[in-house]
Order: sequence, then structure tokens, then C-alpha cells
Amino acid sequence: MLDNVWLIPLFPLIGFLINGFFGKKIKNEAVIGGIGTLAIFASFLVSCGILLQMIGLPPEQRVFEKVLFPWIHSGAFKADMAFLVDPLSCVMIMVVTGVGSLIHLYSIGYMHGEEGFYRFFAYLNLFCMSMLLLVLGNNMLVMFIGWEGVGLCSYLLIGYYFHKKSAGDAAKKAFVMNRVGDFGFLIGLFTLYWWLGSNHNIWTINFTEIKAASNLLPYGGVVTVATLCFFVGATGKSAQIPLFTWLPDAMEGPTPVSALIHAATMVTAGVYMIARMSFVFIKAPETMMIVACVGAATAIFAATIGTAQNDIKRVLAYSTVSQLGFMFLAMGVGAFTAGIFHLMTHAFFKACLFLGSGSVIHAMHYALHKGHLHDDAQDMRNMGGLKKAMPITFLTFFVSTIAIAGIPGFSGFFSKDEILWQAFANPFHGGLNIILWGIGAVAACFTAFYMFRLVFMTFFGECRINAKVKDHLHESPLVITIPLMVLGFLAVVGGYIGMPKLLGMLPNYFEHWLEPVFALANEYGAKYAHSGGHHNPALEWGLMGLSVVIALVGISIAFTMYVKNTELPGKFTATFPALHRAVYNKWYVDELYDYLFVNPCKAFGQFLWKGFDVIVIDGAVNGVAGVVMAFSGVFRYIQSGLIHNYAWSMAFGVVVMLGYYVFK
Amino acid sequence: MENLNGYLIISAILFSIGTVGVLVRKNAIVIFMCIEMMLNAVNLTFVALSRHLGNLDGQVFVFFIMTVAAAEAAVGLALMIAFYNNKESIDVDDMNLMKW
Repeated sequence: MLDNVWLIPLFPLIGFLINGFFGKKIKNEAVIGGIGTLAIFASFLVSCGILLQMIGLPPEQRVFEKVLFPWIHSGAFKADMAFLVDPLSCVMIMVVTGVGSLIHLYSIGYMHGEEGFYRFFAYLNLFCMSMLLLVLGNNMLVMFIGWEGVGLCSYLLIGYYFHKKSAGDAAKKAFVMNRVGDFGFLIGLFTLYWWLGSNHNIWTINFTEIKAASNLLPYGGVVTVATLCFFVGATGKSAQIPLFTWLPDAMEGPTPVSALIHAATMVTAGVYMIARMSFVFIKAPETMMIVACVGAATAIFAATIGTAQNDIKRVLAYSTVSQLGFMFLAMGVGAFTAGIFHLMTHAFFKACLFLGSGSVIHAMHYALHKGHLHDDAQDMRNMGGLKKAMPITFLTFFVSTIAIAGIPGFSGFFSKDEILWQAFANPFHGGLNIILWGIGAVAACFTAFYMFRLVFMTFFGECRINAKVKDHLHESPLVITIPLMVLGFLAVVGGYIGMPKLLGMLPNYFEHWLEPVFALANEYGAKYAHSGGHHNPALEWGLMGLSVVIALVGISIAFTMYVKNTELPGKFTATFPALHRAVYNKWYVDELYDYLFVNPCKAFGQFLWKGFDVIVIDGAVNGVAGVVMAFSGVFRYIQSGLIHNYAWSMAFGVVVMLGYYVFK
Repeated sequence: MENLNGYLIISAILFSIGTVGVLVRKNAIVIFMCIEMMLNAVNLTFVALSRHLGNLDGQVFVFFIMTVAAAEAAVGLALMIAFYNNKESIDVDDMNLMKW
């Protein structure tokens, strides 16, 4: 099975080619959707086979490389189209193909009747192929193809409703911001390649070879530069400060896209990349600190914005940014396993939340359409009391909300608590650790608050939708609810494979599974870690209890404000109008970026257009033409058309030339 | 060949008459004949010098020139007929379409 790893990206590619080229002629939605879903499901089955085979191998043999064909061989430079299967990529392909299959299935129902149905599935398959290349590539260049490919698909799918200007703008914004990050990725790649090559004559971009050579890398110095560049790439793809503003705007795309690309898979590429190169990152303590700080800052910053948004998808978008911040926090404190674990559980519950919100929007849209109303189908202020109309959606949504809020027994608790504990206890950043933990804990409180605010506003209380269309609200069809139920189930039980040792009920399978991948990084890290570290079971119990209390506090605030005493939010807004306005307007980050980058760029563009292009470029071209015109305007009179004139001038010329030679 | 000068003088006179004819006459056929005269003046020089220098290359050249002149006559007369069909004139002053 391992030898057939290349089939995993191949199936979605075939699906993309069929739907992309013939989808318009096929027309039948069931066939198009079936092809798309089966393509990724086939990859899922292959992934399962590979996972089972990997589990059967002893841990130290769980690395497999498959060279499909030589790609670029030029002098010392060598890049093959080759795949790397190890425990880390196994986790990623399972998440991508598993969650991907469910979302494809869901899309058949959700996208029913949309114009360009085939286009949607073609892009979705293309995305899956790129993402699988990204996680399976055994060298940085294959990873980079995937990295660019997912960016492209993200652009195409955000702009799916391209006739809407806002969708086109959002797509462009996402693409440009990602390009900024990709630039960093490339510079990092070059730096690492150049340094290893010129100093140790190891010209390689292959992960396994870099890993083997990583003991030659110094601590800090050039590694800091390279890893910081890689981290810039990660912030672009994974929507971290400062490149996070594209993700909330990406909600212009259809909801399954938000679930698959902008929650479960693509945005985690940055986290994956850091985990893949953990043995390089850990050698740059400064970078690790920056990663941790940026992660924590993003976690709290996005969480605060999430508390004031009214668009259901926007709340989830900021929640995603915030959760990605947690993952980066984990990476930055050296808790690679915890970060990947959170990546996985987050994929389950956030995909479920997005798909659930899609189900709600679907129902709202249908009801409003029936009543010929133009209310916003995504605005939570128009919702409320949907619990009765949509029991399955509510149940799965509620379960996932509990998971993300961090209530014990659900998947999010295990992963988030692990991150917070390691942020506190990992001995890398000295006094900073406790601050990182504190920020993370406050962000977790905000998470619980805004998620329960969302649930209360959407599913509880009075139904605020126009009374005329109340009866049109109904549960979504099975093709939508089945993925919800599967994901909801995973959101509950997904955490049990990575239970902390402390609870002691189950061994931490997940940590053992990833141990060989991060062993080297941990070894490097131990060399400069501050001695000690807090490995005190009592303390861990205490912090775990504290984080549960924090989550409950967040939930109870939300309950008080949005169920018990619904005037409170209004009063709060009236008391602190400036604060509310700032949070509601996303701390004016977009405006700040407009002021700092977008407007100067536009002004520069205007200058290049009106100043440089019109005057210099056009001036040069038109000037040359003008000079030629002026000369020819004089000389054209020589061409009289009279044969005698020509004959005379010829004779005259001959006489002059002969005269010259005769009298010379 | 004490009378080489005579041949060359006649040739020069013929060439000059031809040149003046080309420059001053308006009838295309006359101009054409003048060109032929210039060619033949050159031929005469070639033959005379060939004989004088005892080298046959000049006479070979003359055959080439006569061949070219024949071809030129065929094309030139055809052009003139075509022109006459269009304009009912073979005056070169009427051939003035190729100008600014």
C-alpha cells in the first residue's frame, strides 16, 4: 500500500480533470457531485490503507519515501516529484481526505441548483490535490507547488460568486496577502539551501536530508533568518498577525469552502510546515519566541473581535484565526505534538461548526426566499430559536461548540489544555511562559464566550426571523446532516486518542505516534532549555481545573447576556460605545492597513500610471514616432512621381561620383 | 589598333545622345530606345577594348548585355502596352501615381 501513495493526490486530480473539462457537458448534478466526492473518498481509502500499514510497522521504520519521477536535476540541485510518508503526513492526509470527503458530500446538497456547480467541484478537487501534495511532498519544492496550488484554489473559491464585487475583492485580498507570505517562504528556502550548500556542500531541499544534516546548523544566526522567513510564509497562509485580515473576508466564498479551506485544512498549512521543519525551527530560539508571541497575540486579538460580530460566518472566521493562534503558540513553545493534535481536533469541530452554520444559512435563505424578504440570511440578529426547527443541526453544532469551548470530555479540551499546559511548563522562554499561558487562558475564556453567544443567538430564545416565514424553516436534507453527524461524533471522541498522561485512563496514542517525528527537535531543544521546567502533577491538575473554570466563566457570561438578560448587551454597548465600535470594526486593522499599505500602493500606482507610464514610456515611444514624422514630412517632397526628376537626379549622382574619382 | 580612340569617341557620343534623350524626351518609347542606345554604346566600348587588349572576356559580356536588353525590351514594351490600355498615353509625365 505504501508504494501506492502517489494515488492519493492522483484521484482528486482525475476528478478535477473530468469535472473541469467535461462538467459543463455532464450537467447532471448527481454525476458531477458523485465524481468529485468519489475521487476524494478513494484517496481517503488509500490513506486508511497507508495508515493501517504504518501502524503495523515498528515506530522507527515509519518513514517511507516514494520517488515518482525525477523532476529537476541541474548540477548539484536535485528535486524529485517524491512523496514522504511518516506519522506526521499520515495525520495530515487522514484529516484532509477524511474531512474533505465529508465536505464534498455536504456540498452536493448545499450547492444544489447553483450556477457553475461543476466548477465548484472541479476547484474543490484541485484544492484537495494541491493540499495533498503540500503535506506529502518530500522536498520543499513539491511542498511549494502544493502551497501555491492551495492559494490559487482559495482565490478561485472565494471568488466563486465572481459577479459580486465584494467576493472578487475578497479573493484578490486573500491572494495578494498570501503572495506576501509566499515570498517569505521562498526566501527562507533559498537561505537554508544556500547556507547548507555553501558551508557544508550539502545542496539539498529534501526534508529527510536536511534532517540528517540539521546537526550542522548553528543555534540562531542564519537559522533565525531562514526560520523567520518561513514563519512569514506561515503567517500568510495561516492568517496570523500581521497577515490575518484576508481570512474573515474569505467568508464571501460558499460555506463548504469556508469549512474545508478556511478552517480545516489550508489554513493549517503554516502549522504543518513548522511541524515538518521542527528540527530547524527549534534551533532558532528567537524565532520560537516570536512564533509563540505572535500565536498568543493572534489568539487573543481575533477572539476579542469575534465577540462583537453579527455575521455567523464571521464569528467562526475570527474563531478560526484565534484557534490557529493557539496552534502557533503550541509550535512556539516547542509543543509540536500538541499543536498538531489541536490542528486535528480543530479540523473536526470547526468543519462541523462551519457546515452547521451553512445548514442554518441554507434554511434561513430558503425561508426568506419563500417570503420574498431581503433580510440578511447570515445575520444572527435575524435568527434565534432555531433549535426546534433544526434539531440535528443544533445538536451537532452544540456538541462542537462545547468541544471548542474546552469542556472536559470533548476533543477541544484535550488539545487546548495540552497547549496551555505546555505553554506554561515548557522550559524555553523563561519568564515569558507564564505570560503566554495567561494570554492563552484569557483567549480561551473569550472563545467560550463568543461561541456560546453564537449558539444562544442562533438556536435559543425567541425566533427573530420575520413571523411570516417562520413555518418555512426546516431541517436540511440528509446529504447535509450526515456529514454534520459524523463530524459532530468526531468532535466528541476525536480527543481520546491524545488524552493527557495525567488523566491516565488511556495512553496518549497521538503523542507516541508522532514521537519519532519530533524526537530530534526535542533533543535539540533540550540543549538550551532553561533547566527544570514545571513537571508538577499537582500544578497540572490545578491548571487543568483552572482552564475548565475559565471556560465555564465564559459560557456563563454568554448565558447571562444572551439568554437570561437580553438587555445587557445593549446596555454594555451604550456604556462603552467607543470600545464596542472599535471591536465591532475589527480594531480598525483593515483601515490601518489601507492607510499604511493599500493607499500608498495605490498612490504609487497612480504615479506610475499618470507620471511614469504616460510621460516617460509613452513620451519616448510617441517622441520617436514624432521625430520620424517630422523628418519624413520634409523629405517626402523628393518623391515627386515624375520620372524625369528621378532620371535627372540619377544622372547628376553618377556625374558627381565619376567626377570624384576622376579629379580625386 | 591605332583607331581605338575613334571607337571610344563614337561610343561616348552615342552614350551622351542616349543620356540626353532619356533626360529630355517625354515619349516612353523614345526613352526606351535611348536606353537601348546607351547599352549599345557600352557594347561598342566592350568590343573595341576587347579587340585592343586581345582578351575575349569583353565580347562575352556583350552577349550578356544583349540578352538582358532583349528581356528588358520584352518586359518594357509589355508594361507600356498595359499603361497605354489604361491611360491612352505613353507620356512619362502621366506616369505620376507613385508619389506622396
